[in-house]
Amino acid sequence: MTDTVTSPDAGNAGAPPEDGPILAADGTPLARSLNRSVRRQKIRALALIAPLLVFVLISFIVPIVGMLLRSVDNSVVPETLPRTVVALEGWTASGPDDTPPPEVYEAFVLDIQKAADERRHTVVGGRLNYQTAGVASKFRQLGRAAEDIDTSSPEAAKAGLIDVDATWGQASIWQTIQTYDGEYTTGYYANAVDRNLDVDGVQARPDDEAIYLMLFWRTIRLSLIITVICALLGYPIAWLLSNSRERNANLLLILVLLPFWTSLLVRTSAWKVLLQEQGVINESLTSMGLIGSPLPLMYNQFGTIVAMTHILLPFMILPMYSVMKTIPPSYVRAAKSLGATDFTAFRRVYFPQSVPGIGAGGVLVFILAIGYYITPEIVGGTTGIFISNRIAYNIQSTLNWGLAAALGAMLLVAVLVLYWVYDRVVGIDNVKLG
Amino acid sequence: MNGSTRGGDGYVVFDDVQKSYDGETLVVKRLNLAIERGEFVTMLGPSGSGKTTCLMMLAGFETPTHGSIRLDGRPIDNIAPHKRGIGMVFQNYALFPHMSVAENLAFPLEVRGIDKTDRQSRVQRALDMVRMSGFENRRPAQLSGGQQQRIAVARALVFDPELVLMDEPLGALDKQLREEMQYEIKHIHEELGVTVVYVTHDQSEALTMSDRIAVFNDGQIQQLADPSTLYERPDNSFVAQFIGENNRLVGTVDRVDADVAYVDVNGTVVTALPVNCGDGGGNQTQLSIRPERISLGDAGDNVVDAEVKELIYLGDHIRCRLDVLGNDEFIVKMPNAASANAPTIGATTKVTWSTEDCRALDPAAIAAPKGTT
Amino acid sequence: MTTKLKRLLGLMALLFALGATAAACGGSGDTETDDAGAEETSDDAAAEEEAAEEDGAMEEEDGDDEAMEDEGGDSDIELTLVSWGGAYQTSQQKAYTEPYTADTGVSFIWDESSADAVAKIRAQSEAGNITWDLVDVVGADAIRLCDEGLVMEIDFDTMVAPGDDGSSAVEDFGENLVSDCFIPQIVYSTTVGYRTDLVGDTPPTDICALFDTETYPGKRALESRPLNNMEWALLCDGVAKDDIYDVLATPEGQDQALAKLDTIKDDLIFWDAGADTPQLLADGEIVIGSTYNGRLFSAIEEQGQPIGMLWDAQMYDYDGWVIPAGLPEDRLQAVLDFVYYATDTQRLADQAAYISYGPARASSAPLVGQHAELGIDMAQHMPTDPANAENIFVTQYDFWADYRDDIDTKYQAWLAG
Repeated sequence: MTDTVTSPDAGNAGAPPEDGPILAADGTPLARSLNRSVRRQKIRALALIAPLLVFVLISFIVPIVGMLLRSVDNSVVPETLPRTVVALEGWTASGPDDTPPPEVYEAFVLDIQKAADERRHTVVGGRLNYQTAGVASKFRQLGRAAEDIDTSSPEAAKAGLIDVDATWGQASIWQTIQTYDGEYTTGYYANAVDRNLDVDGVQARPDDEAIYLMLFWRTIRLSLIITVICALLGYPIAWLLSNSRERNANLLLILVLLPFWTSLLVRTSAWKVLLQEQGVINESLTSMGLIGSPLPLMYNQFGTIVAMTHILLPFMILPMYSVMKTIPPSYVRAAKSLGATDFTAFRRVYFPQSVPGIGAGGVLVFILAIGYYITPEIVGGTTGIFISNRIAYNIQSTLNWGLAAALGAMLLVAVLVLYWVYDRVVGIDNVKLG
Repeated sequence: MNGSTRGGDGYVVFDDVQKSYDGETLVVKRLNLAIERGEFVTMLGPSGSGKTTCLMMLAGFETPTHGSIRLDGRPIDNIAPHKRGIGMVFQNYALFPHMSVAENLAFPLEVRGIDKTDRQSRVQRALDMVRMSGFENRRPAQLSGGQQQRIAVARALVFDPELVLMDEPLGALDKQLREEMQYEIKHIHEELGVTVVYVTHDQSEALTMSDRIAVFNDGQIQQLADPSTLYERPDNSFVAQFIGENNRLVGTVDRVDADVAYVDVNGTVVTALPVNCGDGGGNQTQLSIRPERISLGDAGDNVVDAEVKELIYLGDHIRCRLDVLGNDEFIVKMPNAASANAPTIGATTKVTWSTEDCRALDPAAIAAPKGTT
Repeated sequence: MTTKLKRLLGLMALLFALGATAAACGGSGDTETDDAGAEETSDDAAAEEEAAEEDGAMEEEDGDDEAMEDEGGDSDIELTLVSWGGAYQTSQQKAYTEPYTADTGVSFIWDESSADAVAKIRAQSEAGNITWDLVDVVGADAIRLCDEGLVMEIDFDTMVAPGDDGSSAVEDFGENLVSDCFIPQIVYSTTVGYRTDLVGDTPPTDICALFDTETYPGKRALESRPLNNMEWALLCDGVAKDDIYDVLATPEGQDQALAKLDTIKDDLIFWDAGADTPQLLADGEIVIGSTYNGRLFSAIEEQGQPIGMLWDAQMYDYDGWVIPAGLPEDRLQAVLDFVYYATDTQRLADQAAYISYGPARASSAPLVGQHAELGIDMAQHMPTDPANAENIFVTQYDFWADYRDDIDTKYQAWLAG
């Protein structure tokens, strides 16, 4: 592919700048001539990658765009409560007991009556409940009561609604609707960084409700630790692999790849058997009399680090190996012949050349690690879980997909930023994946 | 073996050195070699002949299985490579790709703790020596093969080693550049007076550069001699065949009489110089005659019939392939002189050579083809 | 390879690595990614375990399967039912679908996805491709799905059979009808089990043994979500049972509950799947822990583990059917016909022969007999048995629908802190 997709620049490379474009035999500029002649090859190359492109587009780009849209989507409020949204414009609450004008109530009751018919009132209630706890049941309650509210006049509607529940006579619920009356909202992102978006703007959540920033930080910190441990453990193995005779190297490589032949879940569960309180490690240590009571080896960060390091180690070793394999032994020999000790030869000559392998392995392991889900879920307990476990929780349990999408988008951005930083610092061209 | 100084004195001495990798076969068999200070010695031989192993043992990257190596009178078997103070040029130069040219050259000085200003001046001098000033900040990947070669030589010399090893340093260059570099390395050697041990499989490279050449085959030195001796007076049929072009005639020794061997080649008895054919009758032998020592004509020690098979015009001479005494690969080089009347293909003519130009050697079972890689 | 291309490929590789998360959030309708994997698979494992223990039953079932296929010839209707797998799903097959197939020839496909049903129904609905016909969910999930309009409302007068005793369906189910979209099948309880050999001479008698680390030292297992745990914490911190939800609605009350939980935090292991606690008890990893009463019945009576259980302040909860909204008419009719059959008085009573969950209809209670294999009387093992139901919590669905997110955030922050 890389050979056939010739850069268009290549055509101009031979043209001396002072003479203008070189002309082909028929008088057309050489560059254009060349382009025409390689177009066929380009089209063929494109056809070859087309299945992948379509696959990536459908299975990947579209969901990502969907995720990004969902993280700001708030259309349920203006669509379900169109009249209310308009009527609330311009109203500012003067105090906690200040209520909007009766016209707002009339508009709201009409909206809710229509929504209740379409069974959408609980959807909007659920949406607003993410911001203000307790709203969901008020909307559910309205579903049954709305029909009976008198809408002959705005005042009657107001009285009727407050009669259903006193909450409707307070400013806060109307302020919530007002804050979330747009097609789009930044509310989910505010939540994703432990903030709340209310009528006064973005407010920090109390400490005992702050969780996401801490989880992001923990995810990044543990991923870094795992990456570093993987690098430390993987480096000697990769070195051994690349410096063994072919037969031994192949055997070693099979050992490295062996974990790939078992499912991720099985490997994680195996760690569970090893690490639990009555597990293999604790039992042996206890029976040898080394420890009195079992060590807490899992359901904590230690368990997550150990299991994930094991699982991700091959992803570190393979790029390192592929880089180290290309470093001829003559470099170290040359360094030694020039007077360097073994250590200096390693530090000054071998190690710098193996850095691209560490970089590639490191980026791979880190990116895999920060998106990890199953292993922290099984062995992480409560202190060893990652942000992705929380994302899954919001998808599966609380159905707050907007928040899940915002968290996912932030994770995506975090990875892209890291990727960019890495590119700037190390240079992606120095990364060798094989 | 033949011609090598057993044990003895010398700047570099291989004393009964053997090397085996697998414990079953010897890659190097009882090597004895003494190299004088300031000498340019080439180890020449086909691949697998053990020459590179010898070099690596000298550099310290391989350990002799038996015997010892002495450098300047001291055994170096237990000295780590980095303490031997031997400069080395590797086959693919082994320039550190992540360092600039200047950093590469400064590396041996740096690890020796030489201070920065001194380092700079010595790097500059080394660059001047190989005519590469101005390339200090380039990376090796930005240099051509010849330039990399020069830097590699400069790096091996920059810390003033007394001994420099070169392992097929010109193998990756094209022919023209290779020849150019041969002279350059030769000049540097002459200029600095360092001892050079050079490994190659290219006989013309060896002939051009060396003071002495050790021809390796099958883990043994076949002959150690200066280039002209090696060419003119090969000790055995391998050397005769490996160095330069050679016409072979296989025959049986009839008798050896007063430094003349009478050899029966397919029924015709020719005379030859007995070198390595035993002194009794009945031995198999291989006669070796250089093509340029043969002429067309009927006056001389040996005159035999020949049939012209092929003529190749090469400008300065004409290469003539003949069938002589059953060998139809018999080559004669005829000077392209105006007077010479060129034979025609298929014509029968006579060739002649003198007795001392025809060497009766051992009946080499398998003669290695020339210039093997 | 040009630098640009290399960069692009690198970026693509990187995006792939992020796949699981993005695809799960993307709402492409495909949430069957890694996220769903863990729980599903652990349920599978539990199902296998239980299946292995019921060898006899399985063989029998195999025979039935063949019969089913033969008779399935008269009908090409195939319904996709979603349930929890394991012994519970087996009880549904025995009591509902096998006799129904024998009568009608309608065949069934089972999907063991109830744990993720809410998210998956939403994903199916958004993708406009409803593949499930009938879904077994807990009461809280049913309310959530109903709120979202993802499941259809049930007309209890026409879609559900009246009781055997002549009562209307609404009367027969009574208070168990917690949502307009939900036909309850069983009543279950989340209660507490303990290792009989690890509690000495004083086995626990009330729920607060969970918090008593002095008398019962060792690890304890609680569910990873706040539901149940918060109520128990307040109860054991001296809050009167009737006041608990009022207290829990206030930030101070939530803090109080978390403070109580915090006293045992170091000893806590959290579970997600119902099979976890029985397994932890069997392994001796924990001394006491919460789980569903049916799981404990199975561990105690069917497997003979050294485990005891409490009927104190257990959480009284419902499990039943919901029908996804927007089914095509032919499938809807087939589902309604099955539901009418499968939720009648006799069928609900039949199910109790296979699992220790109480039928949701009052009229089924007198018909509950003996365990199909063990032959023991099932009534006394039911959460609905008056002796067991002396001191119960009935899960307050409205409360949790309102406060789940808030309390959950605090709960998770406490867990992670």
